[in-house]
Amino acid sequence: MLAEFGQFTLILGFFIAIFQMGVGLLPLWSVENSSYALRKTITRAATLQALIMLFSFVTLTVLFASSDFSLKIVVEHSHSQKPLFYKIAATWGNHEGSILLFSLIISVLGACLGLFGRRLDNKFISITLAIQAMLAVALIGFVIFTSNPFERLFIVPLEGNNLNPLLQDWALAIHPPLLYLGYVGLSVPFSFAIAALLCSKVDEEWAKWVRPWTLFAWACLTGGIALGSFWAYYELGWGGFWFWDPVENASLMPWLAATALLHSAIVMEKRGALASWTILLAIIAFGLSLLGTFLVRSGILTSVHAFAVDPERGIVILAILAYFMGGALTIFAFKSGSIKQKGVFAPISREGALLLNNLLISVMLVTVFVGTLYPLFLDAIGGSKISVGAPFFNQTFIPLSIPLLMILPVGIMLPWKKGDLENALRRLVMVFLLCFIVTLFWYYITGHDNIFAWAGIMLGTWLVFGAIWEILYSARFGQIDWHLALKRLFTLRRAKFAVMFAHMGVGVMVLGLAAMGAWRIETTKDMNIGDKIEIAGFELEFKQVRNQRGSNYSEIVGDFELTLEGEVLDIISTSKRRYLERSSPTTEVGLYNHYLGQIYIAFGQLAENNNVQLRAYYNPLVLFIWFGPFLMMLGGLLSLSDRRGRKFKPKNEAQSV
Amino acid sequence: MTRKQQRFTFIIIGLTLFGLALGLILTAMEDGVSFFKTPTDILAERPDTNKRLRIGGLVIVGSISRNGDLFKFQITDNQSNLNVQYKGLVPDLFKEGQGVVLEGYLNLNKMFLADVLLAKHDENYIPKEVTDSLKEQGYWKNNIKKQGD
Repeated sequence: MLAEFGQFTLILGFFIAIFQMGVGLLPLWSVENSSYALRKTITRAATLQALIMLFSFVTLTVLFASSDFSLKIVVEHSHSQKPLFYKIAATWGNHEGSILLFSLIISVLGACLGLFGRRLDNKFISITLAIQAMLAVALIGFVIFTSNPFERLFIVPLEGNNLNPLLQDWALAIHPPLLYLGYVGLSVPFSFAIAALLCSKVDEEWAKWVRPWTLFAWACLTGGIALGSFWAYYELGWGGFWFWDPVENASLMPWLAATALLHSAIVMEKRGALASWTILLAIIAFGLSLLGTFLVRSGILTSVHAFAVDPERGIVILAILAYFMGGALTIFAFKSGSIKQKGVFAPISREGALLLNNLLISVMLVTVFVGTLYPLFLDAIGGSKISVGAPFFNQTFIPLSIPLLMILPVGIMLPWKKGDLENALRRLVMVFLLCFIVTLFWYYITGHDNIFAWAGIMLGTWLVFGAIWEILYSARFGQIDWHLALKRLFTLRRAKFAVMFAHMGVGVMVLGLAAMGAWRIETTKDMNIGDKIEIAGFELEFKQVRNQRGSNYSEIVGDFELTLEGEVLDIISTSKRRYLERSSPTTEVGLYNHYLGQIYIAFGQLAENNNVQLRAYYNPLVLFIWFGPFLMMLGGLLSLSDRRGRKFKPKNEAQSV
Repeated sequence: MTRKQQRFTFIIIGLTLFGLALGLILTAMEDGVSFFKTPTDILAERPDTNKRLRIGGLVIVGSISRNGDLFKFQITDNQSNLNVQYKGLVPDLFKEGQGVVLEGYLNLNKMFLADVLLAKHDENYIPKEVTDSLKEQGYWKNNIKKQGD
């Protein structure tokens, strides 16, 4: 009964979305249609649609939580013995459920637009919501016609197949919803862009509106990608954190576009320049989100992350992608000529720096795009089958990112319109010296070699100190009495601190990447009980093997005693887990944090007589790789909470009474 | 500075960067890319030991021998068998009868020296290249096709 209710609400949501789309487009035909009454109808439809979709999704969650095995996808992806949390997470751990979640987020964002967009012009909000509804129609239609989550089975089995054991993990349970919030979050700037083009409302105020939504999507994407990478690090047991795998690239591309959009929207908001470029980025960013969904869901990729998928569904997503991108770019081509060009600026200026940031991010995006899609293209035209891996990206993406990171602290010191490079550099001399001293000191205590790694460390500290210095400079430290400066510091806008956190986050991540790239240590050894292995000055002694049972798995655990210079630090354990209903084991790794580094152990192959293969890693600064994105995300959310910069002239006051 | 000059400056910078990226992409395509071959392709051709290859196949049952972290085994596309040597860590899903994707170089004796070994997250999943080449040769059986996703 419940499943039929879910199915019914899904269809109802589909029709409401069609209604919302039809009504929302009326203002395009005649001016009289852009009335307050019409706007009210549409925002109500958007709220209703979100609620109905929420019902549908909650229904599916309840069916998963109660292990209703009359439902096909519950049988395929769940098990009655699984912990409740993972039963719930299984709702979006499969194709049908995840696309339902995707549509739900589109609807919810539409409702939020209606709610937060009270100050927007009637016509503009109606059209924005119509575009949002159009996306909802496409996605809900996709769910109903190709991937129905509420499909019943005629013969009801007693037990389910279980969720892929690798996915039974807290990080991966929340990774998809977060990533989807980011992907779908970019649909709002997209709808805004189309509405702005159709209403000829491409101006500073538009940029002011689009920025918080982009920020929200960007923060979620940052968190989602970082979480996915963290999961890969400790769950796959290879100690790696980024594989330049097509599926990872699929999420990196919209992130890069969103990062560029975030920065170009600032220029547009403050100076009115780069208007067409910002609109184009808003369109492309969402296009890349759809492309990412297509790549992951279509099964055309050969990827370590690829789960078996259905190619027919891929074609439908490709059609949706083609329709929305084709339509959007056509509208852009016709309307972009009427966009007013404003805000002249010199190459050396804040605008100039932000534009350079955009150009560099764009070419980085191009390298990822080519590296990810060229093999597919070559295969499609019948050429040789190739695969593009990490070496390609290390040779293209990384060299292009270096100038971007180097100019960052300089760019934020430049004033708008016209700046003086010499002046900005002079203000940064102290920061540069500080970085140099810190790097030298660091070198002195660790004694590591590798010049590239030290260049990376220097770059990371340059970003961190540069970000801190910028905010101190804004508070006028060094120019006025420090008491006064400190007082000024606390009166600075939250958005200022947001920028500091985000840019510091980039620096912290660079530090982690540089250290991991050069100084990680890896050993593998066959061990029997009592054997010892040495790594980076630490010693691991194999103490015992024991069998253990969890709620839906059994595991073989190995305990290792970790000592440093004769002192016992901890017992760390790694295990091989075998889940019910699945034949392949998974590896659980053992971790120990020592200052900023981490000891990482994982079982390789197990043989008889307690003989095991152990891999041990010493990962210096590894946690910085995720702490950095966490800071970026924090910066994003902090900036979102700062409403001071977002005061709007009330426009519809007269009509909205 | 007029708008025209401004636009011109940025177009030049943009084009330069784009050219740079293109140059990087083209050089990286030379050695950052591996070519997909099947065991049958390899046995039919003269070995090119300089070309980085990516090979997919099923691990032959009973062929794995391990010495420390040195693995020797054979993979097949159900037509030809290829000897593989791999040193390093293997993923959990690596086992006999399972599909794998390998990357590395061929030596003159047509032994494949892999430095990357991938098995899939999903145990029902068979690498796409493998299913394609099996299909091409008519060895594709529906009963080994995956269920659901």
